[in-house]
Amino acid sequence: MALFWRRSPASGRVAEPLLQVCGLSKRFGALLATDDVSFELFPGECHALIGPNGAGKTTLVHQISGLLRPDDGSIHFAGSDITRLPAAARALRGLVRTFQISSVIDSFTTLDNVALAAQARHGSSFRFLARADRETALNDAAMAALADVGLEHRAQVPATTLAHGEKRVLELAMALVQKPRALLLDEPMAGVGLEEAERLITLLNRLKSELPMLLVEHDMQAVFSLADRLSVLVYGRLIATGTPEAVRADPEVRAAYLGDAG
Amino acid sequence: MHDALELAATRPQSAALRSYAPALLIFVVLALVPPIALLGPEGYVLSLTTRMMILAIAVISLDLLLGHSGLVSFGHAAFVGLGAYVTGILITEGVVDAFTILGCVVAASALFALVTGAVSLRTSGVYFIMITLAFGQMLYFAASSLSAYGGDDGLTLWNNAQLLGTGVLDDPRGLFYAVLASLIGAFVLVDRLKGSRFGRVLNAAKSNPTRVTCLGFDVFRFRLAAYVIAGVLAGLAGFLSAVQTEFVSPATMSWHRSGELIVMVILGGMGSRNGALLGALAYVGLEELLSTYFAHWKLIFGPLLVLMVLYAKGGLGAVLAPLTGERPRG
Ligand SMILES: Nc1ncnc2c1ncn2[C@@H]1O[C@H](COP(=O)(O)OP(=O)(O)OP(=O)(O)O)[C@@H](O)[C@H]1O
Ligand SMILES: [Mg+2]
Repeated sequence: MALFWRRSPASGRVAEPLLQVCGLSKRFGALLATDDVSFELFPGECHALIGPNGAGKTTLVHQISGLLRPDDGSIHFAGSDITRLPAAARALRGLVRTFQISSVIDSFTTLDNVALAAQARHGSSFRFLARADRETALNDAAMAALADVGLEHRAQVPATTLAHGEKRVLELAMALVQKPRALLLDEPMAGVGLEEAERLITLLNRLKSELPMLLVEHDMQAVFSLADRLSVLVYGRLIATGTPEAVRADPEVRAAYLGDAG
Repeated sequence: MHDALELAATRPQSAALRSYAPALLIFVVLALVPPIALLGPEGYVLSLTTRMMILAIAVISLDLLLGHSGLVSFGHAAFVGLGAYVTGILITEGVVDAFTILGCVVAASALFALVTGAVSLRTSGVYFIMITLAFGQMLYFAASSLSAYGGDDGLTLWNNAQLLGTGVLDDPRGLFYAVLASLIGAFVLVDRLKGSRFGRVLNAAKSNPTRVTCLGFDVFRFRLAAYVIAGVLAGLAGFLSAVQTEFVSPATMSWHRSGELIVMVILGGMGSRNGALLGALAYVGLEELLSTYFAHWKLIFGPLLVLMVLYAKGGLGAVLAPLTGERPRG
């Protein structure tokens, strides 16, 4: 399966990886939550990361997004070493993430949440006097992102009143409005209804050629309809990487993970 | 998709006006205080109201941290004291031009905020409370040991600041209107800050700093800027207080004072539009009222505050919410 990773699936030719994780390790006391993990995300691909609960998927996303410092290893993004770069600076470079547990600003309206995200990319936020909620550039960009995910009818309600599935979708809108260069999605479909999941899959499918994404997901339907490549993480260690078909056929994976799912 | 936006754009006009009603009313009433005071004990009324307004400036600045940024600073009175001391020392040394003094007050408070903020804001929660308290006490002891400027006893000013060479600030009515103008300025400034891009980041970081960081904002820098702005406004209150009382004392910076400022913010309703203003006026008013009629007024004042905080969640700002139409804040 090592044959697959040098080819960018979209173009079929050799490409530079946009994101390259190399020998990453992270320990929590006695627990090795990330164990010498290496993988790449190429332009134009959706790379899914699956693994049982507690395998260390979120811990890995935290390290790539800068919320956790790895004990060992390196992370390169768009040609530069970002291993020690603060989380905010990574986001500004276009490496944008979402959260497994919906993490939105509860005291804001849906629109203000997305407008805040837009603000991170539209000019300086050290503006002290002009009213932010009247900035049409921000509001229009936010409304467009909300329309993309199908949440525009909920723009004016406080984010606390959103249903669980709607918050998941809001997470995604906040990420998209930032015009990311790569997306780190931590279980975007977790707990959303069937219909919403369908719409999300369609949306992500439309975006992925332009926007490479690392997709952590338990929903196998989503994984197999979106992923160009698949990596399997078990006890912090990557046990397989390859096309979904190849990984599905891998005996070690069947034994460790997919096996018990059927 | 634009319907919702248009709806949002037409709604605020009258709603915004309504949400400012308490502040507008208070400012109008305050502006009328000097002529009305002529009918009674003028000196007493003017000096009490001036003191209230100066405190309100400090409380408004603290609310930018406490209510709007979620930063519980327990050393805010230090900035008031710093402003007062810079004023007192300069006047003692013969510098009386108000704008020169103000420039020094702004520079000193900004510098103190920058340095102490850069350290304190690396921490959060209880540690932030403790470290701001420690910095406040540090300044308190520093002022107490300034033997050349009164030390423990404080410093009496034998001269006063001059506004453009005039004695306006020495005249109770002149000072009253100067303080009122400063109060309105501070209110408008902090209100604008809250609604700005800057304020939006601060407010978002209050409830979810991790999320805000992952959007690409360096939360520390925004908080530090807020800390400096709040410090400078409190320093301005200190300047006005020194000019009013012609006396500065280390007691102005003690942690009791910082605690009182916090109580005023909570009493008014943290982060609400008019809360800080209401809280300061109500606190001083209540204190004055009770202490006039009861010998052991503190026995009443304490429990009364507790009851108000318990039963009027969100403070006076929330009590007035049905009137102002303001959405209660989390
Ligand atoms: N801050 C931490 N301190 C100590 N242990 C941690 C910490 N964060 C995660 N862990 C542990 O590390 C392991 C990996 O957790 P992680 O959340 O990354 O798993 P996951 O693959 O995302 O699981 P899930 O599918 O349930 O989301 C778990 O055993 C977890 O208990
Ligand atoms: Mg997880």
